[in-house]
Amino acid sequence: MALPQKESSPIFSDATAGTLRLIAYLALAAILMVLDHRNGWLHRVRYASAAAIVPIYKIAAAPADWVHDASTAFVERRKLIDENRQLQESLLLAQARLNRMDAVSQQNERLKQLLDTQHLLGLHAQLARLIDVQLGPTHDRVMLNVGADEGVHVGQVVIDSHGIMGQVIETLPHASIAMLVTDPDHAVPVMLARTGMRGIAHGTGEADQLVVPNLPLSSDIKPGDQWVTSGLGGRFPAGFPVGTVTKLEHGPSGMFLEALVKPAAQLARSGEVLLLRDQPDPVGPPAPAPQVGPPASLAPTTAHASPASPARLANPNPPKPATAASAGATP
Amino acid sequence: MNRMRAQGWAFWIGIVLALLLMLMPLPTMIQPLKPYWPALVLIYWALESGDRVGIGMAFCIGLAADLLNGALLGDQALRLAVLVFIVLRFRSRLRFFPMWQQALAVWLLLLNNHVLQALIRAFAGVPAMPALSWLAPAVGAAIWPFVFLLFDDVNTRVRGKGAKSA
Repeated sequence: MALPQKESSPIFSDATAGTLRLIAYLALAAILMVLDHRNGWLHRVRYASAAAIVPIYKIAAAPADWVHDASTAFVERRKLIDENRQLQESLLLAQARLNRMDAVSQQNERLKQLLDTQHLLGLHAQLARLIDVQLGPTHDRVMLNVGADEGVHVGQVVIDSHGIMGQVIETLPHASIAMLVTDPDHAVPVMLARTGMRGIAHGTGEADQLVVPNLPLSSDIKPGDQWVTSGLGGRFPAGFPVGTVTKLEHGPSGMFLEALVKPAAQLARSGEVLLLRDQPDPVGPPAPAPQVGPPASLAPTTAHASPASPARLANPNPPKPATAASAGATP
Repeated sequence: MNRMRAQGWAFWIGIVLALLLMLMPLPTMIQPLKPYWPALVLIYWALESGDRVGIGMAFCIGLAADLLNGALLGDQALRLAVLVFIVLRFRSRLRFFPMWQQALAVWLLLLNNHVLQALIRAFAGVPAMPALSWLAPAVGAAIWPFVFLLFDDVNTRVRGKGAKSA
C-alpha cells in the first residue's frame, strides 16, 4: 500500500526515495558520531550553547526537586522522631565539647595577656606552668614545669601578667621551685610609685598579704598607693608592680608605720607564669668596653710604633659584676 | 492554514515535553525503565500526519536531544531517523491496527531502537547499559495507549478549535 505523496519524484518511487534519504541521514549521523567521538565536538557545542541548555536542565530537574520537597514535607513521623533524638544526642555532645572549648579559650586569653606583658616590656621570658601549688603558713612556694634543662637557674624572677610573683629558689632537671612574694622568708626592695619612697616588702605567710615595715610616721602614704620594684639589690628589675597598700598600721614599737600590701600578682590563680630571662643590670661599675681599633696582628712590628699599644691598653676597667650580683642577691 | 499552525504548536510542545521528560531525573531504581519519550511522540505524529514528520525532522530533533543528553552527537539522530523511517513505511497499516497490536508494534520499534543504541554504544566504547534497561521498550509499549489517547484528544481539540476559528 503506497502512500499518496504530493511531491513524489518521477524517477524514484516513494519507497526508494525514502530509503535513499534514510541512507543519507544514516551516513550523516555516522559521520557526526565518528567526528564527535574523535574530536569531542559535542562538548564544544554544549559549551557554546550552555546559556540555552542550562535553563532546560533546570526545568527538567524541577519536578524532581518538587518531589523531594514534598517528601520532606510529608516525611514519616517516626523518621522525624528518630532524627530528633539523634540530633539531641549530638547537641549534647557538641555542648560538652563547647564547654571544654570555653575553658580553652579562657586559657588562651590568659596566655595572650602574658604574651602582651612580655612584648610590652621587651623582656626575654620563658613561659612556665604551675605544677603544684604549695601555699601554707610556713612555705609559700610553687613548682614550675620547667627546670635546669630548660635553662632555668636560681634567682630568676617569676611574674604573671599583673605583677611580681616571686623568684626561683631551686632548680631540678625538669622542674623548679619558686618562692612567692608572700613567703615569710621573702623580701622585695620596693618603691612607692607615687612618691618614690623606698621600702622592703616582706612576705607574711598569709596568701594575700605583704607587709612593708619601718616606714617613717611622717611619710606620705595612703591606702591605694602602689608599690613597684625599685631595682635596688639587682635581683628584681625595676618598675614591676608588687602590690597595693590596703592598710596602714603602727609597728610594734610605735615609732614606725607598717603598710599592709595586697600583692598585685594573682598568686592563687595564675596557671601560667613567665620566667624573666635577662637579669637586671648589675649595680656596680660597667662592664669593660670592647677593644676598638685594628687587631693586634695587624699592628706594625717596627720599633717606633710599639709604645702606642701599651698606651691604648692602659685603662682597663676592673671587671667585677659577679660581686655586685651576689651582693644584691639576698633579699 | 490555521489548523496546521495549531497542530504545529501541539507538535512542538509535545516534542519539548518529551525532551524534558527524557532529562527528568527519576529515582535510581526505576531510572533504567524510563521510556524513550521522544520516540513515542514522534511515532504518534508520524502516524497522525505523515507529511509533518519526515526523516530530516526526526534527525534534527535527535540532534537536539543529543545536545541535551550530552552522550554522543548523532546517536539519537540516527535512531530517531530509523524509527521514523520504519513508521512512515508501515504507516498505513499501523494506523488501522487495534490498540493492542499498535502497542506491540511500538514495543518492536522501541526494541529495535534499543538494539541500535546498544550497538552504537558498543562501537563508541561507552559502558553497556544496565540489564534492566531492556525492559524500557516494554514500559514504553505499556504507556503507548495512554500517550496515544492523550495526544489524540489534544489533537482533535486543537483541530476543532482551529477549524472553528478558520
